[in-house]
Amino acid sequence: MDLLGSAEVASFPVLNALILLPAIGALVVALLPKNRPEIVRPIGALFALGAGAMSVFVMIKFQISDSGFQFESYQSWIPSLGISWHVGVDGISLWLVVLTGLITPIVLLAVDPHHDPKPYTAWLLLLQAGSFGAFLALDLFLFFVMFEIVLVPMYMLIGGWGYDDRRYAATKFFLYTMAGSALMLVAIVTVAVLSAKDGGLTFDVVELANRQSLATNTSRLCFAAFALAFVIKVPVAPFHTWLPDAHTQAPTAGSVVLAAVMLKLGAYGLLRFGIYLFPEAAVWLAPTLVTLGVFGVIYGAVVAAMQKDLKRLVAYSSVAHMGFIILGIFAFTTQSLQGGILQMVNHGLSTGALFLMVGMLYERRKTRAIAELKGIQTAAPVFAGFFTVIMLSSVGVPGLNGFVGEFLILIGSFETRRWWTVIAATGVILAAVYLLWAYQRVFHGEPTSADEKTPDLKLREGLVLAPFIVGIIFLGIYPKPLLERIEPAVDRLLSHIEQHSDYERPEPNTPVIIDVHHETEKEEGH
Amino acid sequence: MVELVWLIPTFPLVGFLFLLIAGSRLGEPKAGWIATAASTCSFIVTFVVFLGLLAKSSDDRSFEQVLFDWLPAGSLNVEAGFLVDPLSMTMALFVTGVGTLIHLYSVGYMHGDPKFSKFFLYLNLFLFSMLMLVLGNNLVVTFLGWEGVGTCSYLLISFWHQRDSAATAGKKAFVTNRVGDWGFMIAMFLLWSSIGTLTYTEIAQSSPMATVTGTAVSLLLFVAAAGKSAQLPLYVWLPDAMEGPTPVSAMVHAATMVTSGVYLLVRMNHVLTSDALIVIAVVGAATALFAALAAVAQQDIKKVLAYSTVSQLGFMFLAIGSGAYVAAIFHVITHAFFKALLFLGSGSVIHGMHDEQDMKKMGALRSLMPITAGTFIIGWLAIAGVPPFAGFWSKDEILLAAWEQPNIGPILWAVGLVTALLTAYYMSRQVFLVFFGDKRWDEGVEPHESPWTMTLPLCILAVAAALGGLINLPVVADWLYLEHFLEPIFSHPHQFVSSTTTKIILAIIAVLAGLVGIGVAAAVWLVHRVKADQLEPKILENAMYIDAAYSKVVGGVGHKAFEMISNADKKYVDGAINQIGKTTIRLGAMMRPLQSGYMRNYAIGITIGGLVLLIWIIAGAS
Repeated sequence: MDLLGSAEVASFPVLNALILLPAIGALVVALLPKNRPEIVRPIGALFALGAGAMSVFVMIKFQISDSGFQFESYQSWIPSLGISWHVGVDGISLWLVVLTGLITPIVLLAVDPHHDPKPYTAWLLLLQAGSFGAFLALDLFLFFVMFEIVLVPMYMLIGGWGYDDRRYAATKFFLYTMAGSALMLVAIVTVAVLSAKDGGLTFDVVELANRQSLATNTSRLCFAAFALAFVIKVPVAPFHTWLPDAHTQAPTAGSVVLAAVMLKLGAYGLLRFGIYLFPEAAVWLAPTLVTLGVFGVIYGAVVAAMQKDLKRLVAYSSVAHMGFIILGIFAFTTQSLQGGILQMVNHGLSTGALFLMVGMLYERRKTRAIAELKGIQTAAPVFAGFFTVIMLSSVGVPGLNGFVGEFLILIGSFETRRWWTVIAATGVILAAVYLLWAYQRVFHGEPTSADEKTPDLKLREGLVLAPFIVGIIFLGIYPKPLLERIEPAVDRLLSHIEQHSDYERPEPNTPVIIDVHHETEKEEGH
Repeated sequence: MVELVWLIPTFPLVGFLFLLIAGSRLGEPKAGWIATAASTCSFIVTFVVFLGLLAKSSDDRSFEQVLFDWLPAGSLNVEAGFLVDPLSMTMALFVTGVGTLIHLYSVGYMHGDPKFSKFFLYLNLFLFSMLMLVLGNNLVVTFLGWEGVGTCSYLLISFWHQRDSAATAGKKAFVTNRVGDWGFMIAMFLLWSSIGTLTYTEIAQSSPMATVTGTAVSLLLFVAAAGKSAQLPLYVWLPDAMEGPTPVSAMVHAATMVTSGVYLLVRMNHVLTSDALIVIAVVGAATALFAALAAVAQQDIKKVLAYSTVSQLGFMFLAIGSGAYVAAIFHVITHAFFKALLFLGSGSVIHGMHDEQDMKKMGALRSLMPITAGTFIIGWLAIAGVPPFAGFWSKDEILLAAWEQPNIGPILWAVGLVTALLTAYYMSRQVFLVFFGDKRWDEGVEPHESPWTMTLPLCILAVAAALGGLINLPVVADWLYLEHFLEPIFSHPHQFVSSTTTKIILAIIAVLAGLVGIGVAAAVWLVHRVKADQLEPKILENAMYIDAAYSKVVGGVGHKAFEMISNADKKYVDGAINQIGKTTIRLGAMMRPLQSGYMRNYAIGITIGGLVLLIWIIAGAS
């Protein structure tokens, strides 16, 4: 039905092109002559921008009211095993695709790799291609391939262009996330093979989700395996310790893409595969995951407050932010899920921009140690101004994007997870503590002689940050275009959960209006 | 004309955006004039909208304007919209009015500051946020303004951020306010969950919640109000906030922002339950008394006023707790007049004394700064509750409302009365120390009167502080303009039940208390009949060491706990993962000798394995 619905636009397989264009770009860049390093990044950026433009095209052509998959494309790949190249986009993945499309060209243009631009550009393009693939795949096998492919370029970027401890961080990142996904592979094979009895072997997600042919216990085990892979990827505390190392040691571009795009793979995977394939098991494990999410909100914030390295602090703030998202997802209400998905985009913007700015600060001062920085606001007021806006977005000040996501997550979660929400909401206090304290130590005070000459924001850097700032403000004031595209898909997912488990979402809240004047008159009469 | 409401916050927003782009190029004084113009335009439009509202009949004075859907999510739809009604207009009028005067004053006060234009940029952003707070048609828009003013407060307190104390005070204000914001958020969630709306007009018409829920919502809203309006136990940020430039203290931390807690509770009067009101009244009275005691022993001219503000805010919550919402709003307005006047006056003194803030180093300034002194004295009489100045009327109404409370009424009234006496005392002490007595200046200080941009607002505010009572005179029922105007927004309009005789006796007692306070202060500080040493005990100067205790807990135990968790993260959470990695490597190292590459080793292994298998098969078969 979905296929018919979007047949018109599907004539050109735009999603396939979206995945292939940056992949081809990576190949082209790899084949460029070695003695022309100056053309590498422009050409790479062209491919990344092309993909970005296509993601915007998808966004514009996306049908708001359609809750199913759009722009679907289906090619048989390994027919004997029921594996296909099946891609499609819905309200849950749409904005992550757009985010991936826009962030990659920005970091490619913005961040100078300092050495070996050719492999650097190629890896970044491959990362974009893999991320698109993971967000668009509707076949478990295809998804797994894409999910694992993205590890390689990120490993290379951290290991090749990172800071002092890059080897350790890259290895840890690779092995930790690999270990998580190993069990998921087992679960993938299990669900495909065990579902084969109801109509043949297939890895197609939509098909498997509709069959629901696994026994309760089996599907719970499989969900647990999926969940483990994804909570490591998110990461949910206490499975987070690869993240601060990876973030801190990665080159700026790597950190930005890691925060903005790759962390979302975990949360997205939970939504698209975990909950969709195993709704009953998801409801069963939801209390645990919600608890972990709320734990992460507090824990991430507390540990962030104590960090001595600015970049590590931002990394731990990610743990706190992702905790909110996990709470939103597993609270299973329209608002909390919409908020959770929106917050993925918000986190990409604000944390991505924070990493960019920390990178710019490092370029200036060659240090990220909070204790070695002081009074930067006096030396570089415009730089400080940009940082303030992004920081306030991360703190969740209304009018900026962070608030919208947090508010929807919390107000939705309050319906089903009241006390968890009350605790999670204290995270907004802690967010102010660690960010404002760091800001005070780095930007306020009298600058030391070393900080005094910190150059202010350059025009080029301002242009790089501008899209982030625009996004932060726009989504804070008018998130409707995103919310109204997310909502149908979210409602569909919730109906799917209700259909296959004993979960029932709360009744919609509507005010009961009474005639006050009439009532008071009656009272007086008595 | 009420349709113009969107223009009210638009002017300061445009001013902000304009200064953001062109502020530093315009520089002094143009940036200041533009910000002042934006504020003035906003005031004029507010007045026009107010007239439009007055033109309607009194039961039809509620107008909503929705701009767009802000947060549409399922059955939740938060709109970006405005509500024009008597309460929002009352607030908007004095916010823009006093705000404009303070903008004008700042043009003179901030003269020569290298960040002159940035100051006005923040002021305009603050005014915009404050107007969103009072004009929003639902709790979330109010929350937008609420956090917006909090953010501006942070930016303005730490305006001179090179000083560590200013940077710390800004951060402290924001974080403490966030504790209150937590209450605000949970209150919204609970409200939406129980009555399904966050829009004021719908909340007012909803069927009432269960009592427990209603009390919970009320108390959570009071947590929010206690943060923003500096009530016990969250008041600690306000005295520190005096690190900001003095116009900021006047505008943000006396006249407008700190009264938003009062506004919020009055706006939500429909959901406040009687149990919650008792808590609010008691906390309000306790804060009023506590802060007045602290104000008695302060040496810094602004710190006296800061504690005084905390104390006066306590009075307003006492009024709310007593159900006298009109009295609370009345006091918000009169307080805005006289406290803005006093703060601006103190700023004028500080300006004229070359940044001296210690009152013990002032004295005899009245002849050198006649306008500042004259207007300051009017502000003093107003806050001391001397009739017919503005403060007398609003304070009298609050004390009467407290008196009429069942059970604890007389106690609340007595606490209020003692506070009134202390207020008269510490304000008189301030006036005598600053403007009378001997010169105690440091050498080289040459006090001078401030420029017209500063003295003109002082004069206007002095008139308002003197005559502000006129808006709600309890002499003839028809003169209660404010009460009649605000009446439609209350679910249970408050009615005074005491006889006229009681009212008059209570008023006389209150006036006498004020006079006693002034008299004692005169005896001590003016004619030096009593030695002053015992009257400034350290415990009062340090406000019962509450703030110090907080700092100890946060900086001591709190910091340690954070550090412990952070170390555990490194040592155990991350350590466990690294241990797994190391164990794997060690296991590998242990196994490595097995893969020796020698054929004979493998042959032995195969033989042994084969033998074991064989034995197992035979054993199994038998």
